[in-house]
Amino acid sequence: MRFEDCNPIGDKHYRILDFDGNVIREEDIPSFSDEELLYLYWTMLFSRTIDEKNISYQRQGRMLTYAPNIGQEATQVGSAYAMEKNDWLVPSYRELGAWLIKGVPLKNIFLYWYGNEWGSHMPEGVRVLPISVPIASQLQHATGIGMANNIKGEKNVVVTYVGDGGTSQGDFHEALNFAAVFKAPVVFIIQNNQYAISLPRKVQTASETLAQKAIAYGMPGILVDGNDIFAMYSVTKEAIERAREGGGPTLIEAYTYRLGAHTTSDDPTKYREDEEVEKWKEKDPILRFKKYLKNKGILTEEWEENTKKELEKEVTSTFEEIENKSDTLIEDIFKYHYETMPPHLEEQLEDYKSFLEGGR
Amino acid sequence: MANKLNIVEAVNQALMNEMEKDETIVVYGEDVGVEGGVFRATVNLQKKFGKDRVFDTPLAESAIVGTAVGMAINGLKPVVELQFMGFSYPAFNQIISHVARMRNRSRGRYTLPMVIRAPYGGGIRALEHHSESTEALYAHIPGLKVVIPSTPYDTKGLLIAAIRDPDPVIFLEPKRIYRAFRQEIPEETYELPIGKAKVVEEGEDITVITWGAMVRDVQKASEMVKEKGIYPEIIDLRTISPMDRETFIESVKKTGRAVIVHEAPKTLGVGAEIVAIINEKAFLYLEAPPTRVTGFDTTFPLPRGEKHYIPSPERIAKTIEDVVKF
Repeated sequence: MRFEDCNPIGDKHYRILDFDGNVIREEDIPSFSDEELLYLYWTMLFSRTIDEKNISYQRQGRMLTYAPNIGQEATQVGSAYAMEKNDWLVPSYRELGAWLIKGVPLKNIFLYWYGNEWGSHMPEGVRVLPISVPIASQLQHATGIGMANNIKGEKNVVVTYVGDGGTSQGDFHEALNFAAVFKAPVVFIIQNNQYAISLPRKVQTASETLAQKAIAYGMPGILVDGNDIFAMYSVTKEAIERAREGGGPTLIEAYTYRLGAHTTSDDPTKYREDEEVEKWKEKDPILRFKKYLKNKGILTEEWEENTKKELEKEVTSTFEEIENKSDTLIEDIFKYHYETMPPHLEEQLEDYKSFLEGGR
Repeated sequence: MANKLNIVEAVNQALMNEMEKDETIVVYGEDVGVEGGVFRATVNLQKKFGKDRVFDTPLAESAIVGTAVGMAINGLKPVVELQFMGFSYPAFNQIISHVARMRNRSRGRYTLPMVIRAPYGGGIRALEHHSESTEALYAHIPGLKVVIPSTPYDTKGLLIAAIRDPDPVIFLEPKRIYRAFRQEIPEETYELPIGKAKVVEEGEDITVITWGAMVRDVQKASEMVKEKGIYPEIIDLRTISPMDRETFIESVKKTGRAVIVHEAPKTLGVGAEIVAIINEKAFLYLEAPPTRVTGFDTTFPLPRGEKHYIPSPERIAKTIEDVVKF
């Protein structure tokens, strides 16, 4: 129904909450309990806190380059919440909210961004792939996981993310084409945050929308207001259910905005106007959800204040723990290239260790 | 019953044997299903194991390799075919950025037991991009294993080992000698160790290190120099990475001389690495500079010129004599 209503050609955004947090599609509103609603809001605040703290750590010279998610929390949290525990998450590198929903420990997140591979060693049972930096390359892995599900007769689904810039890559095309041909149970989510570092969306592709690319691959596509957590959840849920029942892949364009920089190494004032950013700040997904929750009497200022304080405490203590003991062991650099370390690597490791010990 | 197979048939039998034993193995690529592969390496596999386990894909190498990464993470053992080594470059990003790195990136959480098969090398009068011998590109990348067999027996045993290996293996098949000769090999499954070279011919005067299709040319060159009283020890490397250094170092220590023969261009080829290892490990045993006989640092010529490019037995024999006389 959602998909029929929103033909991806044209700029009609699927939306449940308007910009003021009022319900405009009563029939589509997910049936969440108050606890679930607060949990979703809490996760968005958690994501925002991690981003803000990381940016400040980076400015203090205590954190490496970091890619913040500010402004995209509804896209990430809403879509990931539609997944079951056994479903796979295949991220690029700006999916913090989805990681948190899928149960990636904060310690892993900090370890990764602080420069230690153990950050990508997911705990058992957390079906999340490591961050993938080469743009759009991860989509192929998502399709492969989905194809394997079909071969094995397993019912779990894959949700994968890419940016608006990633849609220009060949791997985007190949992954969607394979997924459609093999009816792989994959939900492709484009986080269209309007910029690929400095390049605006309108010069990334001449397509009117990114969602319309779905038509060429022979799969359903939809353009969604990515700052509406209910819309993101509902649409992803429908796509996941279709995939689980053998209906193949779906392409979702989440129309959102990166309120911050691409990474902490980038200065967005060079390529966009403050006025535009201010306009999008009014559409902050956390504010919109907050208005809804307050109107419903679910959220109080007191709860929010306390929650923010607790989150900040947790983020600070976890970061400090990582900051103080996360240096890579020399052995770890060598140990994980093959199941058994080949002789030439053993030799290089031993040589280096004896150099450090003053041997040669 | 006699089981006399050529190399391409040995590939097929290895896949047959292993797929029967292990139902997590899947085989896919361009034209591998219905047609059985452009070289017929996968013939009858689809008939025997069905379309779920042996299938044709759309024409996209990056997706063939990239989806194999996902499949391996999700519990399958994909053995994918790239039609020619020269068509492996669209998949370069997946191979280098992901296939080689997933184990290290995730500290062992996700591993990739997968095989990428591709015919390599020239000498079959093919069009452009069908004669590549770029094993050095892949051997340079940490996290990959690169295997090149030279006989039907080795092909079957090494391919089975590659399929069973917990790490990704680039398996390059010498298409020039795909059907050059047959060999009696065991019908049942057997494994040869990856990372172990083979002494093909023992000799005292000089060590010749080579692999793949060049092994036979080196053997021909050896017959020529034997007439002049020079007895080479021929080593078939079999695995390019990780390389069995011990076998050729021991041999060079014995002979004091080394010639490395490969089809690929000379500069920064695998031969350069072997010379460096010999210098590091056996310098004081050397009677002559380790020397390479290779393809030129040029693009592989179209068929009218390829006979000049691939080192001939005569060119190899001449170099062996020069190094012995040094």
